[in-house]
This record gives sequence, structure tokens and C-alpha cells, in this order.
Amino acid sequence: MSASDAPLLEVVGVSKQFPGVRALDDVSFTLRAGEVHALVGENGAGKSTLIKVLTGVYQPDGGDLRHLGKPVTFNGPLDAQAAGISTIYQEVNLVPLMSVARNLFLGREPRNRFGLVDVARMNREAAEILAGYGITSDVRRPLGLMALGAQQMVALARAVMVDARVVVMDEPTSSLEPREVETLFGVIQRLHERGVGIIYVSHRLDELYRICDAVTILRDGKLVHTGLIKDLDRLQLVSHMLGRPMSDVRKAGFTSFGGEHSAAGGKPVLRCADLNSRHKLTGISFEVLPGEVVGLGGLLGAGRSETIKAVAGALPLDSGTVEVDGTTLRRPNPVAALKAGIAVQPEDRKAEGLALGLSIRENIALAVLPRLSTAGVVSERKIDKIVETFISRLRIKASGPHQRVGDLSGGNQQKVLLARLLATGPKVLLLDEPTRGIDVGAKAEVQALIDELAAEGLGVVLVSSDAEELVEGSDRVVVLRDGAVAGELRGDEVTTEHLMNVIATAAS
Amino acid sequence: MTAPSLAKSRGFDAATVRRLLPVYGVYVALAVLVLFNIAWTDNFLAWNNLRIQLVQVTPVVIVALGMALVIGTEGIDLSVGSVMALGAALIPLYLGYGMIPAIALAVVGGVFVGLVNGGLVAFVGLQPIVATLAMLVAGRGIALVVSNGKYKDIRDKDFLAIGTDAFLGVPYTVWIAAVLAVVVGFVVRRTVFGRRLLAVGDNRAAAQLAGVPVKRVLITVYVIAAVLAAIAGVIQVSRIGSADASRIGLLIELSAITAVVVGGTPLTGGKVRVLGTVAGAFLMQLLTATMIANNLKDSTAQMVQAVIILVAVYTARERRTR
Repeated sequence: MSASDAPLLEVVGVSKQFPGVRALDDVSFTLRAGEVHALVGENGAGKSTLIKVLTGVYQPDGGDLRHLGKPVTFNGPLDAQAAGISTIYQEVNLVPLMSVARNLFLGREPRNRFGLVDVARMNREAAEILAGYGITSDVRRPLGLMALGAQQMVALARAVMVDARVVVMDEPTSSLEPREVETLFGVIQRLHERGVGIIYVSHRLDELYRICDAVTILRDGKLVHTGLIKDLDRLQLVSHMLGRPMSDVRKAGFTSFGGEHSAAGGKPVLRCADLNSRHKLTGISFEVLPGEVVGLGGLLGAGRSETIKAVAGALPLDSGTVEVDGTTLRRPNPVAALKAGIAVQPEDRKAEGLALGLSIRENIALAVLPRLSTAGVVSERKIDKIVETFISRLRIKASGPHQRVGDLSGGNQQKVLLARLLATGPKVLLLDEPTRGIDVGAKAEVQALIDELAAEGLGVVLVSSDAEELVEGSDRVVVLRDGAVAGELRGDEVTTEHLMNVIATAAS
Repeated sequence: MTAPSLAKSRGFDAATVRRLLPVYGVYVALAVLVLFNIAWTDNFLAWNNLRIQLVQVTPVVIVALGMALVIGTEGIDLSVGSVMALGAALIPLYLGYGMIPAIALAVVGGVFVGLVNGGLVAFVGLQPIVATLAMLVAGRGIALVVSNGKYKDIRDKDFLAIGTDAFLGVPYTVWIAAVLAVVVGFVVRRTVFGRRLLAVGDNRAAAQLAGVPVKRVLITVYVIAAVLAAIAGVIQVSRIGSADASRIGLLIELSAITAVVVGGTPLTGGKVRVLGTVAGAFLMQLLTATMIANNLKDSTAQMVQAVIILVAVYTARERRTR
């Protein structure tokens, strides 16, 4: 503990409003000297916003910010830096084209007696400093040529060099090798001993319990829990994050899903075997039977979206096979996956799903153009037919098929995307957060549609951060953790309680 | 305050004008300019004058058609002028075997450059502006090597006829440009390739996940643009009767980009206006001609062109705001 008992950094009752969302709602947070404080929460919980308030990127709409017990206002990141707050972002924000040494000393280069940069001294010192972080490569080379993990180390070394009293780390281990993670933890230990306060954002529970002293949990912009991490077991932590009181889990009633699907049995329509992708996936295997909905569970960053991408051929694999209806995809790429009968609805429908500037019609027909054309010339009649069918089947509300997709509501956009998937006549549907960001009515319709499609014999893989939706919509749930399968829930085990149990169990 | 209400009473409001301006603005401007010329420029409607305008605008129109497709994929092709030069330089080599092999060779030259451009963009992942800048430099270099840096006169009668003869009073070159415009328009509107091109331009990641062969689409687009540029080079040679690799197609990339942008095709991709592009090329051509005919300096014409480009880009930007 440092001499003063005043916390290093403190926010009291802070709020931040963005158009349409209350990103932070009356949140308080205290960081003491020498403390490693975990900040956790699912997507949209408000972690990033809180960090940005603490580091001066955002100005809060209400509430107080205190630094060493005194009220402060940070008008920008520079103010926060001057107060000794350093941030290491998930994406390294250094200058890739400059040398490693230059990056390390950026803004405070050692000068020689002519006032010019003393390159020799800078390089020598940089090499010494980085050796302490286990980096021995040539510091004169451009930073961009180093591995991402090494770049992160340089960022960390830089943050620590500035005499930081507070270091914010936003998922620092997401791109590190296990060996580099150990180095990082070593550095954190040293900082801890020096009395530096660390705010540590991560979704890896093992890490949190290993290095953190305190934990603050946010959900939907609100503070749910704060306290010492040793007073909170993993199950409680997960239950706080997902917002599901452990006692209050009712079966059915939350969503529009029907009961179990009678899987037609027989041969699996999708079989993934030992999917591996560096840093992302390790040995993922699972099967989907026709007419079955298989949920992928796990926390953010557990590898759910990556698994979906891998199956759809959009994530390069180091090894592993994807088999559709007994046929192995020879070269996994989106075109081949589509041909084999895999249709994917990506998590971010605006960035990866829809061409927002084009019409509903163009978007629905996009994946099946070859089928609707003769010698490369599209048949407007065939397109109209298929588009009309799906607009009425999915009840897409629009002024007409020529309306721009960007002008539709979220729910209708999602339906357009689903219509495109269904137009391809798939055998397997991969749905990544199909009901995120859509209104309640559309949500119910999409959920009912998933049931209906499974009943028609499609194999469905469902990813959802909504534990209720996942459990009620799925016949089986494969739980992922750190890019690997952590367990599987079948039959009566498919409950939010079991789900949280598996998520919380320590990797053995 | 009265202006908007007045406009509204006529069935327009500011939002409608803002929405329609980038799409139809070019036609309005063109119409205004034509009317001005009919009133003030002597002999404007004389067929001789109109023919000259048409012939002069032809290479820009052909190059701009390809440019519009590239811009529709959120790309840009700076190498078109060099490809014109390459096409021109290749013509004399095989002209001894006849017109067809000579033109075929020029087109092959275009395909080659297009494959390099497209490959750099699609496979290497270079930004289009960088990839095609490289070919802007290299392409003219190759053209100069092919032609030994010499200016070559063309004497093949059949070949020169392309540039000099006419059908129904309209020069062949103009017919060629017109046919190409129709073909490109058809490709954009009615073919699988055209739809995919727009999807790639609007959202590349989404197109990829929807099973669109993005790389193939990109390469094809750059090949088409380069082939059109090579054809423009061939036409230019047939018209002036000589192949000068150091001069042909200089700065035409800028005229082509201007025509595309003024014609209402946004640089952000996902939309291609073929007719607008043609009108844009006509507008810029006529603007220069008008200034010259009314004894204004070329430099004045350039400044007016600059203003038109800014207005076009500005209005397009307004429309794209989501």
C-alpha cells in the first residue's frame, strides 16, 4: 500500500449517454494503489465506456472523477496521461512503420548535445529495457514486422516507462502466446509491488482469479457487483455477468422457442473435427444432426464466433475438417461452404452481413445469383419470384423490394439476411446472435422461425449471449472456453444453471 | 425563409433536391450548357461542330466506362492512360499481318495490365490507388520500350478508316463508344457479374460471406477497365494516324475519374451510373469547348471544371450520410 490511503482513481455515480443507449448508468469504481482490479462484463456492458471515461477519451455526463482523492476533469487523453494513467489497448496503438526503439521512446527520445535524437543511446537503452520483457529482437527494425504479442509487450514497456501510476490493460492476453502471458504476469507482479494500480479487462476467468485482487462487474451499463475477487466464486461471477440469478431460472416462458425438436436421427448433417486455428481455436469438434439445434455457449471471446467463421470457411484453419452430409469440404472457403450447403449469419450484420446501400431484392438474391441466371444474365422474373416468396414468408416490412436495406429497422434487416441464407436452400444454418439488436416482436418471430426450420430438417448452430435464448432454443449446448470445447449439455442438463456451471469450471 | 416554403409549394423540398441533385444534376448542367451554346455560340448546332465534339469526347467516354466499374467496387484505376499508350504502341507491331491481329494484340496488352492490377488488389491486398499508380508508371515505360521511344506513323488504310470513316454520318469511333456504353450498362444492370460487383463495392466482407467470389470479381473489373483503355488507345491511334507512346492518354485518368464522379457515381462504391458517366464526360468536354468558343482561356475552363467536381463530390457526400 502506498503512503496515502486515498484511492489512485475513483469515479462516483458516473453516467454516459449515447444516442439511443445509456452506456453507463450511475457507476462507481475505485482503484487503490498496488491493486490489480478486474473489470468484467459481456458485450455492451459498458467496460470500454468506463475505461474511456477514466482515460479522458470521453467526458461523463454526470458523476465525479477523483484522482488521488481530488476531483479532476480530464479534457482529453493527454490530461489523463499527465496524471499518470497509461492505457494498453486491445489493438496495439503504436506506429508500425517506425523502429521498435523509436516507438518505445516516442515523444521523449534521448537527445545528444546538439539537440538531435541520440539514436545509438536510444537503441541501446531500448534493447536493455525490452530484454527485461523477454524480447531480444533487433530494436532497429520496424515495429510492424514483430509478432502481435511482441508488439503488445513493447506497448506495455512503453506504458510502464512513463512512470505510470495507473495502467489500464484491455484484453492484453488475447493475442499472446502462453510464454508471453507468463512474461506479462511477471510484469504485472512487478508493477503491483511498485504500488501501481492496474485495471485488467479480460474474459479469461483463470487469469482473473490468478492475478486480480478485486473485481467490478458491469452489465447493461450498470454496476452489478464490486469487491474482492476471493470473496466471489466463479459461478457467482458468471451469474452476475450473465444476469441470471441462480435460483430464479424458470424453464420456458422467456422466449418464443417451442420444446425439443425430434432430431430425425441418422447421420449428422454437419461434423466438425479437430478445428485448430492459432490463438483462436483448439481442437473444436462437434456434430449437428438434421433437425437439431446445437447451441454454442461460452463467454465473450470463448471462440463462438470464431467457430462459426471457421465452419463457414471464413477463418483460416491450421488443421481440422468440416464435413457436410458426409462430404468433407476440400478447401474451406466461403464459396465452397455455401455450395456444400452451409449458410452463415454473421454476428455483425451491418459490417459483414448486408450490403446496406443495396436494395432488399439485391441482398436476398446475392448468394443465389448463378441459380437465377442464364449464361451470366440474371432473370428479373426469377429474382422477383424468390424475393416475393421470402418477403411474405418472413413478413419483412418494407415499402417494397426496392427499398434500401440500410433504411430498414434492425429486425427487418435481420430478416432480409435470413432470407438470403434460406434462399440458398441450405442444409446447415449457422446463426451468430440472430436476435441481437432487434425489437421484441421481431425477436419472437426469428426465434419461431429457427424452430420451424429445424422442424423442416435443417441442422442449426446457434450462438447467443442471451443464456435464456441459448438454453431454450437449443437441443444440445456445446460450451466453449478459451477456444476449446469445455463441455456439452444434453437433455435435462440444458439449463442456464448447468451452462453457468460449465463456463465457471476451472480448466483442469 | 420564403425560399424553402416556395419550393415546397411546387412539390420540392430541400431534402428531395439534395437526394436528386447528385443523380440528375449532371443532366441539368448538361442541358443548361447546351441551351447556352445554342443561344450564344455561333454554329454550335452545325453538324461539323457536333461531330468534332463527339469525336473528341470518345476516348474519355470509353475509359470512363471502365473507371466507373472500378469505382463501383470502391477502387480506382490510375493506370488507364498508360494502358492507352501501351495499346497504341502495340498497334504498329502486328499491323503488317492486318488490322485484326494488331487490335487483338493491343487488347491482350490491356488484359495483361488488368490482370496485374487486379492481382495486386485482390490477392496481394494492395490499395487500388497504389497498385494502379505502379502500373501508371510501369505501363508507360513498357509502352516506350515496345515502341523504342519512337513516334510511328500508321499507313494501313483499313485501320485508319476506323478513325476517319463514318456510318450514317456518325464516325465509327463514336459508334464504338456508344455500343460499349450500352454493353457496360447491360453488364451492370442485368448480369450476375454486375450485381456482384455492386455488392463487393457496397460491403466486401458481406459479399465474401454470401459466397461471392470477391477476388474473381475484382480481377475481372480491372481487366475490363484496362481492355477498355486499350481500345481507347487503338481508337486514338486510328484517329490521329500515329502511335506516340509518350503522349497518348496523358492525364486521361483524371478526365475519366471526373466524368464518373460528376456523373453521380459515389467514390464509396456500391453504385455505378453508366449513363451519368457518359453525360459527365460530355459535360466536361462541352465546358472546355464552350470556353474556347467564347474566347475564354483554357485555364478558366480548368477552374470551372474544378468547381463542378467539388460540387459533384459535395452533393454525393451529403447523400451517402447514413
